[in-house]
Amino acid sequence: METLLTATTNDFCIHVATVNGSGSQTANTTLMRAIFQMGVPVSGKNLFPSNIAGLPTWFTIRVSERGYLARAGGNHVLVAMNPETSVADIGAMGPGSILILNEGVPSPAIPADRTVYKIPFSKLVEPLVADAKLRKLVVNMVYVGVVAGLLGIDPQEVDGALTAQLGKKPKALDMNRAAVKAGEEYAAQHLKPAPFRVERRNKTAGKILIEGNQAAALGALFGGVTFLSWYPITPSSSLAESLMGYLERYRRDPKTGEATYAVIQAEDEIAAIGMVLGASWTGARAMTTTSGPGLSLMTEFIGFAYYAEIPAVIWDIQRVGPSTGLPTRTSQADLLSVVFLSHGDTKHVVLLPATVEDCFTFGMKAFDLAERLQAPVFVLSDLDIGMNTWMSEPFTYPDKPWDRGKVLDADALSKVATFERYRDLDKDGIPYRTLPGTDHPLAGYFTRGSGHDEKAHYTESPETYKRVMDRIAKKYQTARTLVPPPVVDRVVGADIGILGFGSSHWGIVEARDLLAAEGLRTSYLLLKAIPFTAEVKSFIEQHDRVYVVEQNRDAQMAALLRMEYPELGARLRSILHYDGLPLDAQSVVDQVREREEVMAR
Amino acid sequence: MTPVETDGKNRIGLTIADYKGAKSTLCPGCGHDAITGSIIQAAFEAGLLPHRVAKLSGIGCSSKTPAYFLSRSHGFNAVHGRMPSIATGVSVANRGLTLLGVSGDGDTASIGLGQFLHLVRRNVPLLYIVENNGVYGLTKGQFSATADVGSTAKSGRVNELMPIDVCALAIELGCGFVARSFSGDPKQLRPILKAALSHRGTAVVDVISPCVTFNNHEGSTKSYLNVKEHDAPLHDITFIPRYENIEVDYAPGESREVTLHDGSRITLKKLGEDYDPSDALRALETIHHGRQEDRFVTGLLYVDPDKEPFERELGLVEDPLAALTLERVRPPKEVLDEVMRGLMTGSA
Repeated sequence: METLLTATTNDFCIHVATVNGSGSQTANTTLMRAIFQMGVPVSGKNLFPSNIAGLPTWFTIRVSERGYLARAGGNHVLVAMNPETSVADIGAMGPGSILILNEGVPSPAIPADRTVYKIPFSKLVEPLVADAKLRKLVVNMVYVGVVAGLLGIDPQEVDGALTAQLGKKPKALDMNRAAVKAGEEYAAQHLKPAPFRVERRNKTAGKILIEGNQAAALGALFGGVTFLSWYPITPSSSLAESLMGYLERYRRDPKTGEATYAVIQAEDEIAAIGMVLGASWTGARAMTTTSGPGLSLMTEFIGFAYYAEIPAVIWDIQRVGPSTGLPTRTSQADLLSVVFLSHGDTKHVVLLPATVEDCFTFGMKAFDLAERLQAPVFVLSDLDIGMNTWMSEPFTYPDKPWDRGKVLDADALSKVATFERYRDLDKDGIPYRTLPGTDHPLAGYFTRGSGHDEKAHYTESPETYKRVMDRIAKKYQTARTLVPPPVVDRVVGADIGILGFGSSHWGIVEARDLLAAEGLRTSYLLLKAIPFTAEVKSFIEQHDRVYVVEQNRDAQMAALLRMEYPELGARLRSILHYDGLPLDAQSVVDQVREREEVMAR
Repeated sequence: MTPVETDGKNRIGLTIADYKGAKSTLCPGCGHDAITGSIIQAAFEAGLLPHRVAKLSGIGCSSKTPAYFLSRSHGFNAVHGRMPSIATGVSVANRGLTLLGVSGDGDTASIGLGQFLHLVRRNVPLLYIVENNGVYGLTKGQFSATADVGSTAKSGRVNELMPIDVCALAIELGCGFVARSFSGDPKQLRPILKAALSHRGTAVVDVISPCVTFNNHEGSTKSYLNVKEHDAPLHDITFIPRYENIEVDYAPGESREVTLHDGSRITLKKLGEDYDPSDALRALETIHHGRQEDRFVTGLLYVDPDKEPFERELGLVEDPLAALTLERVRPPKEVLDEVMRGLMTGSA
């Protein structure tokens, strides 16, 4: 059923359909940034193909005065630049929407309740740019001007957003400025204002716009990363590349040129994690970043790190699998494989960032945890968080030093009679380690993935194997006291709870408001880490029904919860979303409502 | 003047016992144990500080051997074929360590070929020993990728596939130190190992090491008998560490001298032909001809002491990464403020 879109202010979506590689990114960023600078919250989602140039790409800007950042259905404004997809793009627009069409793009018959603006983009750009190749790029700036004019976006903010991006390239700036102006003037002269308006507010002051991968890179930077090795894979490459940029700028001595870090682009993900383990064993703060297929390759080494107890930070920016799957779409389907990654009895500590701020904080925290626990620590992000643009409060400078865990240096060794690498002296499951090169005859020990005892000596003794495995399991219990706790919003009188994690957060937040408007009150637990902390259990106990929202087919988080709390399994219901698109609020609302109605009947 | 003092101590006051390890669990007579002996002797004579050494290996019989030498060093027995990546991380994280890697033919030429090649390509400072017996010992006698054409397994099966020559591959990739030797020839192997330990870059030493249990029979090209009969040494090798200054008694024209990065010198006394180890093409040609004539050419095949080691390319600080204080690796608050301001206005 199609609902008629009504005229709104600061509450709509702009959908721009272009060709990949046509340079539309600068144009879309300009639009988004200009609205943001008008004090109105925005979010930007890039739906792009696995391709460098030629295939269709879509960018959606959600304008939301109330600050909702999730993907939303109902495209109010379409900019159809791509002739390959225009028929479908136009066909998907509902009653009341406005369509800005590049003159000449194929179009189906458009019902009268849509407003159509046919714009001669090529003609408008022609007098401005002589070079035909350049014209293809600059033409995008004309739609920026047209959209700004139609929606009432302040031309000064558009110019500011453009200058912020191109300020260092005066020639490009001038050309793009002229294109924007041509668009704005055309709109003013020929088009009547659209029913969707942007009006100045004061809701973005002091806030930042950032992608999750960039936030994660900043976290690693301030967490004191000293070693990164990685293999390029979408959607994780921008984390590594962003970090490399920051490291080059802030961690290389301006006088000597010496770097306090090493970055190695490995030959594959097996080598990437191997280098991380070698560096970390030697005392570096070492990390890698990857996505599903890379994670599969790292599997053997991860088990090694778990059993030999070597710290490592692994970011998994999830994309859609299995196999190559949809490499440029988002998912939360790596969860179970990450938690239990590798053969044998393994279970890992996993951090679950939901926001760009989490990416920043966990970028630091993951190192502290890995070194404290002497174990691989995963950060399970996804393409939606990692590669889309999010509004956030600015990040706060860490107020604590780092935690480098239990490392014995030569001084410490000189005070002990013996050193045993895997002895649980503190009864928290965590032994002490030494670093290669430590200037003391007791420091050396032998690290191996084969059976070993407390002295790190080879053994196949059944008792010793079991004892060591039990001790490593104990470490996992210690991890519960160290990982970030969930964020709980307990609503008095609510019978039902919603439990979510990662990028699902944004759809859930909005869905809860929509459900509340319908009279359905919900509590909410936003999970931040695995293993679960005590709050998770009490949250489930406090609610008759807990809807576990996740972006995978097989209800993986619900399965983990059932494993941990079998007695509470009957309370859990799954809300699943796994088409590769970011979770939207309506999907949650519809599924909760449907189940609750069935209950009521 | 002499490497070994009369009281049985080396230049840093340690005895040979300080370089030993646990008792070997390999088959009696295994070539690998003989290599272990040469490693112990070479490390002792070189006066390595055991705690400054990281010994690394993959999986296989050969990869077990780091437990049998230098028990005071840090050891890392990695997963199969992946020691090079571990070594790369270790080397970069602490440039002050001496890295001693032991691998086998399966570990290097089959499962680990990719990592081996990339290690060489990066020129990570490390002595990389391939204990090469042409057979999988630990899994009981399967062919490895270095088995020669026509070589028979104990089961009687004949290998028809071309062997992978790790020395030729290493030279092709510009490795700055490539040698081949024989486990039963400690006189040749020891100076090679000592010289390799002085090389600042990847040093590949392929050591033919007969497997007494699965590959020491008639029909095996890597049996003791066969190697002894077909070993064709290129030269006699003398290694003079930088801290020694002994006169060489070779007459010019009969010997060739190579100075390594740390000032050590290798002297090669020619045997039959005049061999120039700085000529990569010649080295490849020599390996190739040797194979055609069924000979194992041993000796220092190729050396280029001036190739830049990996850490130089990274522009790394001298200090170990582990030793960097928080102040050196966490930028000040002003930096975060600056980045945040950029993200508020969109000017990155």
